Amino acid sequence: MSADIVIDPITRLEGHGRIEIFLDPGGGVNRAYLQIPELRGFEKFAQGRRAEDMPQITSRICGVCPMAHHMAATKALDDLYKVEPPPAGHKIRELAYSTFLVEDHALHFFFLGGPDLLVGPDAPKARRNILGVVDAVGLEVGKEVIGVRRQLRALMTAVAGKSLHPVFGLPGGVARPLSKQDQEESAAAATRAVNFGLFALDAFRKIVLADKAFVDMIMSEAYTHRTYAMGMVDAANRVAFYDGNLRVVKPDGTEFLTFPAREYLDHVAEHVEPWSYMKFSFLKEVGWNGFTDGVESGIYSVAPLARLNVSDGMATPRAQEAYEELFSTLGGKPVHHTLAIHWARLVEMLYGAERMAELAADPEIMNPVVRTVPTAVPREGIGAVEAPRGTLVHHYRSDEAGLITFANLIVATQNNAARIALSVDKAARSLIHNGKADDGLLNRIEMAFRAYDPCMGCATHSLPGQMPLLVEIRDSDGALLGEVRRD
Amino acid sequence: MTKPKVAFYWCASCGGCEEAVVDLDEDLLAATSLVDVVFWPVALDFKREDVEALEDGELVASFINGAVRTSEQEEMVALLRRKSQAVVAFGSCAVLGGIPGLANLYDREAILSTVYREAPSLEVPATTFPMKQTRVDEGELSLPTLWSSVCTLDDVIDVDYYLPGCAPPPRLIWAALSALVEGRLPEKGAVLAPDVALCSECPLSATKPEKLSVSRFRRPHEFLADPELCLLAQGLVCLGPATRAGCEAVCIAGNMPCTGCMGPTTRVTDYGAKALSGIASLLAADDDADITARTAEIVDPVGTFYRYSLPASLLRQRVGETVGNGAIK
Repeated sequence: MSADIVIDPITRLEGHGRIEIFLDPGGGVNRAYLQIPELRGFEKFAQGRRAEDMPQITSRICGVCPMAHHMAATKALDDLYKVEPPPAGHKIRELAYSTFLVEDHALHFFFLGGPDLLVGPDAPKARRNILGVVDAVGLEVGKEVIGVRRQLRALMTAVAGKSLHPVFGLPGGVARPLSKQDQEESAAAATRAVNFGLFALDAFRKIVLADKAFVDMIMSEAYTHRTYAMGMVDAANRVAFYDGNLRVVKPDGTEFLTFPAREYLDHVAEHVEPWSYMKFSFLKEVGWNGFTDGVESGIYSVAPLARLNVSDGMATPRAQEAYEELFSTLGGKPVHHTLAIHWARLVEMLYGAERMAELAADPEIMNPVVRTVPTAVPREGIGAVEAPRGTLVHHYRSDEAGLITFANLIVATQNNAARIALSVDKAARSLIHNGKADDGLLNRIEMAFRAYDPCMGCATHSLPGQMPLLVEIRDSDGALLGEVRRD
Repeated sequence: MTKPKVAFYWCASCGGCEEAVVDLDEDLLAATSLVDVVFWPVALDFKREDVEALEDGELVASFINGAVRTSEQEEMVALLRRKSQAVVAFGSCAVLGGIPGLANLYDREAILSTVYREAPSLEVPATTFPMKQTRVDEGELSLPTLWSSVCTLDDVIDVDYYLPGCAPPPRLIWAALSALVEGRLPEKGAVLAPDVALCSECPLSATKPEKLSVSRFRRPHEFLADPELCLLAQGLVCLGPATRAGCEAVCIAGNMPCTGCMGPTTRVTDYGAKALSGIASLLAADDDADITARTAEIVDPVGTFYRYSLPASLLRQRVGETVGNGAIK
């Protein structure tokens, strides 16, 4: 029997997906599955490529977060060649990265996920989009949204060589120093971005928080799971994007562990289901215990709300105020309400803007020494960043000529995959009764994944080819007795 | 008056082509006053059933990005072809196969083994694979069939126009959209970008020597390239001379060489072969030993010259593999 209700394709996200909902005889939901039907092939075809090309090749995993892959790859190359960039190299990278963070979070709030909040979950589907947002907030605000984005993208082009698939990352630093004009444009863009970040938070307060129905929806059980959370933190355990340790907290908010990204294999593993191409990451020390939440389940969350949950605060003053407001409004840390990710995203957007301003004002950023030429023989490197959509790890090995022999990637959305699957299923169960589901109700189910800003392109970077059928026959001790395979 | 209808769709791609459309910025608002976008999964909530409900030929144009490698993508592009007066292959992946097309270097078994058997992060034991059909407690779930190799869009459906680039430059997107909406239709098969080599718009073109000769090829991380001097003259493999213009040479302005995403100019059958022969002609080599040494400096010829175009090349994929779903010529 095939599914009773199918949403195909799911929309306002990056990449492909569909939701299949099975009903029980009473018309309630038996189970809802989010399936990812597409895959490509990066880990395999990385083999044989020049290591220094990885930042540009892996950015094609995702054109929405190309800077995240570019940066994780570049940091993996630093490690591969054991080369330390000069201070300006790090700071120029972080300036571009912060700019990207602001732009990418703004894109989600106004173009992808935000229409559900700013236009409304049950608005006609032809209006639940950026054009509906422009109608709702006014043309002047709409033009500012577009204008800020244009300015941020122009800055990324100036600093990173190209906004859509950057080129500036090389082992040991960046390809080009900044000009005085680049620095001035950075400062101007940062000022506008900070104001824009404050404006977006204010819009969230006025449109979402002032509406009791929205607040009830955010706080409802239909959109809540008590899971572990993971994110990058600085030495003071504040939210970090470009560099830091990875910290994991338990569902009750207490620390579970903190580790350097190079030890990711000790702590993170991937589970495979036969009905989706997406792999589901889980905490190795807790284990895979099926699609359940709680302290016994290795399922964890990443991305904006998870980062706020794992950290002790934000490293910039206005973002810190916004962080405190979020937790005091939603009942303290940790917050497990999926729809509150929208709010956390805006807190981070303000942080990114403030960090841009700090870096633009740092005289070091104009230092012409931006790269250390590597001299070591390349062998193995691991690099990690916080992508807008969560923790991202690139792991490479190469031969002595610097040709890649092995690549393994743990991508942002994959970390969230199991929790997203939980969210879609739980929302469907909570919302569908008597077998009835209109467009607005199905959209409320889509809102359960959309809040994560998932990138299915990233999540399915790894698996091209035809799926085989493989049956393994094992004895009660797990020893392999035989194998039946159909390719 | 009803506005002309258009659709945007993605296949095996990264979403960058969608971002490029959003990069129209203020022109995006202008575009929506000119056309009615009736399908665009990244930004709009219209579903497959909404496309199926359209009349055949009701869309003025569909802009389709991404390479094609699954049965579902084949169904969607065939559906959009039927509903559209014109189909534009949008971006390097649809036009040439793109970077995901590099998967054609490996056979299916090797790929499966890497991903499901050898990835060090897999749970142990790793025994599950995604499958075409899965019986779950509640019923049956299916996944699309994946083809043995990556195909270009015109391997699968008839394509009217080509808009290359990874991603296509917004300026060219706007020009293409306006031309189609206003009925200024170019000749079928046209590439909607300037038909000259990138050097013509490169900011460093004045520093390109009249007679260029390369005595040693170098890799970008091995030295600090001078941002004011032709990168090819410094020994970096810059593919500008073999590549179509239109991107305004942004990578080169960023002090990194052109990698060829805009593809070839007209009348070039195989971009990689053209680029390789162009670079080979610059070798300053006196004897076989020189030639061997210079050739050895190009450590990854396929990834260098066919980075965006393997599925569209004469090589296409590994010898002996089935092309696409087996029905592709």
